[in-house]
Amino acid sequence: MEKKLAKITVNVNEEGYLTDFSQWTKEVGNEIAKEQEIEMTNKHWEVIAYIHEKFKNEEPLSIRGIKKSGVINIKEFYQLFPGGPLKKATMIAGIPKPKSCI
Amino acid sequence: MKNLVILGAGTAGTMMANHLVSKLKIDTWKITIIDQYKTHYYQPGFLFLPFDIYTTKQVKKNGKKFIPKAVTYIQEKIEQIVPDKNEVLLESNKKLQYDILIIATGTKIAPEETEGMKGPMWHKNIFDFYTYEGAKALRNKFREWEGGKLVIHITEMPIKCPVAPLEFAFLADSYFKNKGIRDQVDITFVTPLDGAFTKPKATKALHYLLEEKNIKEVTDFNIERVDYKNHKIIDYADTKVEYDLLVTIPTNMGDSLLERSGLGDDLNFVPTNKATLQTIANKNIFAIGDCTNLPASKAGSVAHFEAEILTENILRYIRSEKLKEEFDGHANCFIETGNGKALLIDFNYTQEPVEGSFPFPGVGPLSLLKESRINHMGKMAFKWIYWNMLIKGVHIPFVSATMSEKGKKLN
Repeated sequence: MEKKLAKITVNVNEEGYLTDFSQWTKEVGNEIAKEQEIEMTNKHWEVIAYIHEKFKNEEPLSIRGIKKSGVINIKEFYQLFPGGPLKKATMIAGIPKPKSCI
Repeated sequence: MKNLVILGAGTAGTMMANHLVSKLKIDTWKITIIDQYKTHYYQPGFLFLPFDIYTTKQVKKNGKKFIPKAVTYIQEKIEQIVPDKNEVLLESNKKLQYDILIIATGTKIAPEETEGMKGPMWHKNIFDFYTYEGAKALRNKFREWEGGKLVIHITEMPIKCPVAPLEFAFLADSYFKNKGIRDQVDITFVTPLDGAFTKPKATKALHYLLEEKNIKEVTDFNIERVDYKNHKIIDYADTKVEYDLLVTIPTNMGDSLLERSGLGDDLNFVPTNKATLQTIANKNIFAIGDCTNLPASKAGSVAHFEAEILTENILRYIRSEKLKEEFDGHANCFIETGNGKALLIDFNYTQEPVEGSFPFPGVGPLSLLKESRINHMGKMAFKWIYWNMLIKGVHIPFVSATMSEKGKKLN
């Protein structure tokens, strides 16, 4: 389905995740964050940049990865993206949430 | 004489030995396979062992039986791969030269990665079922267990056979019903993902199973430690889940050989081209099965489809031709749902599991993403297919290496 975020029309799935990463801009990310009641700071964007890097290399995201990222520790990660940090951070980053095979 | 060396004689390695022995000229190529263990396990059977559905004898055989006679089989621990010298070092200091190397060393559980998991309660009231030892110990525990809080828990992704924990929960429901103590057993499924089902079509089609079987879900749970003294698992958000019996899927990691050889990522999986199966770091090293970092499921069916494409690519590599970029992440898995029923899913890197019929479009006889008895019979028949066809590299009729869109309700 289509949705208007920061004056840009993007395609999202039922849960609100972008289905086409090429439509993502920082403004779009900001709008999604607002909907999640998260105010983005530089630290947030550093995490998003790390997530984009992993996504481009097709590496799976995990809490362990965050721990080893050097960007942030896990407690901070939970503080920045409260209540399911991976699923919220991926939504803001415009990439699919971590999934299993069904 | 040229040398092709395969590391690991599990599902993927054994299949490659069988495929290649008929394709390479034996007067030019010497094929060697190395594995330190004598036993070849039927790993899908580990799901059934705890519930006394399979016996221990049904899940293991002598690995040697499945290695072709023309292949040299070395039973020894592998110390290191030295890509600069095209050399494999064995524990006895013996060196093996290779022209082509295939890594098929699989994935292992690493319970020591989580504080308190592999402590004094390991295999007492904390179990895994991804190893022969774990599944057998759990079987013995279940035989005498009188009920309580059963927690089935996934530590982190990726794991081998991502649906097995869910199948385990369904089978546990059936098992305790049959024992007449289901009302004494509280089943909770704990996952780091945002649901037991994570894909839209599967969630829609299958979520009823959890409700029907009264299996509770705890989602977004990223474990920090096991408090084995107070029987609790605790996550980074300080959520606590109590258990009397914890069945956990520990962190999965590639073999430590890859770490020693500098060929693995954070989890010791080998960075591999997802379409050709050539490793990113070395042109004459290929990887197959659970040991790769491919964004595909870690499952025997995936290794089976990969094997057909890798065989072709090894031949192309030898002829100095461009490799076939064909692997699409195809997986095909039966999922037990208990009470003699099962589901079947068929999917790849980009296509999520959907409803439909398989393998004949519109006919079946197997139905996709739907419970049926015939799917369960398929799963049971699969053990025979595994020992007699799959690891011997015999093509399974009507099932292609890449996923077919025919017979699927795609939208």
